[in-house]
Amino acid sequence: MGAASVKAEALATRLGGLALPDGMTAARETALARLSAMGLPGKRDEYWHYTDPSALNAVQSKPAAVSDNGAALFSGMDAVKLVFVDGVFDAAASDDLTLSGVSLGCLATAPAGHWAQTAYGALESAGQNPIARPWAAFNTAFASDGLLIHVTGKAAKPVSVTYLRRYDAANVVLHHVIKLDAGAEFTFLEQGPAAARLNHVIEIDLAEGARFHHIRAQGRDLGRHAVTHIFAHLGAEALFKSFTLTADGALTRNEAVITFAGPDAKAHVAGAAMGDGAFHHDDTVFVTHAAERCESRQVFKKVLKHGAVGVFQGKILVKKGAQKTDGYQISQALLLDDDSQFLAKPELEIYADDVKCSHGSTSGAIDDTALFYLRSRGVPLRAAQSLLILAFLADTIAEIEDEAIAEDIRAQLETWLARHES
Amino acid sequence: MANIELDLPQLDVPQLDVRDGVDRETIETVAAMGAYKYGWATDIEMDYAPKGLSEDIVRLISAKNGEPDWLLDWRLAAYRRWLGMEEPHWAMLTYPKIDYQDQYYYATPRSMAVKPKSLDEVDPKLLATYKKLGIPLKEQALLAGVEAPEGERRVAVDAVFDSVSVGTTFKAELAKAGVIFCSISEAVKEHPDLVRKYLGSVVPPTDNFFATLNSAVFSDGSFVYIPPGTRCPMELSTYFRINAENTGQFERTLIICDRGAYVSYLEGCTAPKRDTHQLHAAVVELVILEDAEVKYSTVQNWYPGDEEGRGGIYNFVTKRADCREARARVMWTQVETGSAITWKYPSCILRGDDSQGEFYSIAIANNAQQADTGTKMIHLGKRTKSRIVSKGISAGRAQNTYRGLVSMHPKATDSRNYTQCDSLLIGDQCGAHTVPYIEVKNTSSRVEHEATTSKVDEDQLFYCRSRGMSEEEAVALVVNGFCREVLQALPMEFAMEAQSLVAISLEGSVG
Repeated sequence: MGAASVKAEALATRLGGLALPDGMTAARETALARLSAMGLPGKRDEYWHYTDPSALNAVQSKPAAVSDNGAALFSGMDAVKLVFVDGVFDAAASDDLTLSGVSLGCLATAPAGHWAQTAYGALESAGQNPIARPWAAFNTAFASDGLLIHVTGKAAKPVSVTYLRRYDAANVVLHHVIKLDAGAEFTFLEQGPAAARLNHVIEIDLAEGARFHHIRAQGRDLGRHAVTHIFAHLGAEALFKSFTLTADGALTRNEAVITFAGPDAKAHVAGAAMGDGAFHHDDTVFVTHAAERCESRQVFKKVLKHGAVGVFQGKILVKKGAQKTDGYQISQALLLDDDSQFLAKPELEIYADDVKCSHGSTSGAIDDTALFYLRSRGVPLRAAQSLLILAFLADTIAEIEDEAIAEDIRAQLETWLARHES
Repeated sequence: MANIELDLPQLDVPQLDVRDGVDRETIETVAAMGAYKYGWATDIEMDYAPKGLSEDIVRLISAKNGEPDWLLDWRLAAYRRWLGMEEPHWAMLTYPKIDYQDQYYYATPRSMAVKPKSLDEVDPKLLATYKKLGIPLKEQALLAGVEAPEGERRVAVDAVFDSVSVGTTFKAELAKAGVIFCSISEAVKEHPDLVRKYLGSVVPPTDNFFATLNSAVFSDGSFVYIPPGTRCPMELSTYFRINAENTGQFERTLIICDRGAYVSYLEGCTAPKRDTHQLHAAVVELVILEDAEVKYSTVQNWYPGDEEGRGGIYNFVTKRADCREARARVMWTQVETGSAITWKYPSCILRGDDSQGEFYSIAIANNAQQADTGTKMIHLGKRTKSRIVSKGISAGRAQNTYRGLVSMHPKATDSRNYTQCDSLLIGDQCGAHTVPYIEVKNTSSRVEHEATTSKVDEDQLFYCRSRGMSEEEAVALVVNGFCREVLQALPMEFAMEAQSLVAISLEGSVG
């Protein structure tokens, strides 16, 4: 049909003379074949109903300025600090790749026969069904670098990655593969402007009883376009927790694709997004319960002003036989003025009867009564508003287990609010 | 209960006495659980238009109804448009490809070839059909009815049998109040200005695949006009019956509620058991002007097909209310228990400032049934309000989807929406799905959406069982409790029928 040829044509234009990078050849070639069959997303795709992918599809990325807003996050943490500049690992600026309980490597320099050879692209490929995610397939095919992390026990400390940018128009494709053995524990932190246009994938494979924490801060770059995917596969009794803070950025599409493959596992995904002006933020989550007694939780909140647009597409799919599933989903938006928009599609698709699934979605302005109360107690208007906005976002931060990290994130929110008071 | 009789079979299970705390309704309902009650066919001589769809068929339908040229042109334009349209497949429904050429688009009882002047001239077989369905068409019989308790509401009925309207009751009395209630084919002749002004003004002929098909081939349906400031003196009702085999039914309902007027409208539908699927594509348009209010209640009980999914109605319906002026109000209430496939989204366009839309729905899918139903609330005016309460119940191997849209446009300031959609699963082979779209484009409006999915509560079941109820009785009681908010929104008679339907539809789903 017409639509398919348009998508194929858009893909051909976008790929131009792009060559597959070295290494992981087999995985890259099959990913490219997948991508060719899908074509690029178009505005008429149901999955892109609320987000226009044309800026991602364009051959040239638009330059994006970085607004420096003070101290980097997680600076006080004892972590292995790694730095990527314009999408390439910077060994000189990074700590040594040694960490007890963890084997650390880089995609660009992975030798033949590396353990990640079979893992690279595997979860991404599985995550293409039932809904196609062309930008993830693109990523597997064209990723220039990324981390290959194999955690065999309890990691001695977190790995903290900072993405720096040297060029205003940097176009970066990053792909991390993280594998946790049975009972392993690991915390992964990410921050930094990364690129004017970023395509980012993390594949996370959690074996039985593994525990994984992920905290990510996207921000400080006003004109950024980003499409990110997290593919998580959970074995029995595994724990997966991911929190994303997004401040600014022209377009951000964060997808999380989570699959429960073993019983009694838990996955929590949370996101706090703040946008002022030309800001389009899309959280798209797809949780598949394919095992019994698993718990999933999606908590997403957005603060929007001056024409910012927030999108939430969350889906809980409970397969036949996934009894005793507990699925929860909440998406809320605070619209600070009349130009802002919140567009949501919270979906449930359930094929098992003994389940408890619910979703809630609300949107509205700051509660006048609460504001009035604070002002009547002598709190100035701006401060009262900031206080209520922080209270609104608090549920998402509550998903972060580490108090010190939560404090860092809270401070970041306060800085943003102070800068965007008017 | 006068007009729409429950007609529950006599209890032939004498041991079922009323126990303390179990109301008789529930017992009767459970006892009445049986196969589809309306599955018989009337053996009546029919006139069919040739099978298939073409411009000639469209012309023939128009000619049979003696329509003016403008309406024929309107139909032909729709037909030509339809030829270039694709059947939508975004709903969570799977069914074999429909062959639109393998259907009869017009079927009428032979005795209706010359339209009877009054109900006395109507073929007794037809009247018997409606009597058997519990729909009395003879108003004198109803007026003389001694059993009707005091203060019983009367209901005027328009009965549509396959493609034509058989008769409308209480016309004279309604006319006194200035209310026009007749078949749409009659309205085209008697009130052409009204029809021409409003037909297609809510659901344009280009709206969607099924509505466009309906615009081309609709054969009959009901027309209602309530003049300004008039409270319709009785409830109006249309009863749709598909009888003929391989025949599609395409009715079109147009209701205009003028300024300050009020009407409550009921709609019921049944069809015989057939092994083949039958197509039903209706369009309902409501035009509601300043300060007017329409209540539209549906009990949809088309034949759902057998346990293996053989036969049953394919129900593709476009229903839309246009609250065109300030403070207009509409309330859709639907109980969807029938049809093999349901594709139906009664919508409210809240255009007038302070207008209000409500949607209450129970959708039950059992055996191989599939339902994809919900509503759209389009907030355009200031301070508009909407409320959605949807209860979906899935049993057997059925799939039940709530699909809805709440849209707050930038100018719809200070508006409000509340949505509650709950799904209940009975058995581990069925599915319950929720697909809401929420679009908020101004800051002063509040939108709240809640959805839950669960199974029949074990504690409640255990409690009922411990009081001596059988499992089926207990489930019927819990399910009726689950649906209560919606049942309460129905007019009294319909609520009774709906309550028993809820139980009947779940027959065989327990144990």
